[in-house]
Amino acid sequence: MSDHDNGHIEEHIKVYLTIFCALAILTVLTVAASYMDISTTEAIFLALAIATVKASLVAGYFMHLMTERKTIIYILCLTFIFFLICMFIPMITVIDHASIS
Amino acid sequence: MQIPYTTELRPDTGLNNSKLGIWVFLASEVMLFGGLFSAYVFLRMAAPDGDFAYWGSKLNIPMATVNTLVLISSSMTMIMAWASLKMKDFEKYKMYMGVTLLCATIFLVIKYFEYTGKFHHGIFPKSSTFMGIYFTLTGLHMLHIVGGMIVMGYFWLPFGNKMWESDPERFTNRIEVAGLYWHFVDLVWIFLFPILYLL
Repeated sequence: MSDHDNGHIEEHIKVYLTIFCALAILTVLTVAASYMDISTTEAIFLALAIATVKASLVAGYFMHLMTERKTIIYILCLTFIFFLICMFIPMITVIDHASIS
Repeated sequence: MQIPYTTELRPDTGLNNSKLGIWVFLASEVMLFGGLFSAYVFLRMAAPDGDFAYWGSKLNIPMATVNTLVLISSSMTMIMAWASLKMKDFEKYKMYMGVTLLCATIFLVIKYFEYTGKFHHGIFPKSSTFMGIYFTLTGLHMLHIVGGMIVMGYFWLPFGNKMWESDPERFTNRIEVAGLYWHFVDLVWIFLFPILYLL
């Protein structure tokens, strides 16, 4: 824990509590947003946007990525690139016009 | 042979080995779940219009919302368990770790009622493409919860936490590493919840 010496831990706990409250509020917000009268595309965008904010809060503060060493950041950047490739594979089906019939 | 760099930082990485190890493991986990998320997108794009929304509407949103809040709370108590060790308060650590385990148990119990509810209505993985990917994703996530509980349970029980007496710094690092895994499990659920239950 490079940047977390014992003296500062109490300050960190306050930050953790704030993040916890934010996560709880965002969870309720996600559910509320799902009942809104919007198109499917808008609903997907909104739900994923809220989920990304929540995930960033967990990774940034609970997992300490905000203050973590560069070695870990590099590993995660590389992972993220491969993750994006993984997510874009289904998109190939959109540009592939080959038809069975 | 002694495992090197369990507490002191390795000069070339700037990290102790356990933390580097867990992050490389979590990177592999990102790809495991990433592959399945990709499968979800692929199946959803190929499904008839409204099919995923129809089967998704059969899921229990209130139960899943409670489970989301339970899992977020467990992340909070997990980090408090680690913070307690940093403040050299072992009793508080045991309390927070116990609450984390309790939250994990509540999550599994709610999931059990969700699953059995589906089975009683004749809904199984074979019922539809959506249900297939739903049971795969949530089942794999549930296995991660069970795995986390085994590790956390070990560190909570007397035979697992006696290292606190002999090497407190190393024990604190172990809890931090277990916490990183637990937060990742929480993070996966943060995405699973909207894509399966709400969309």
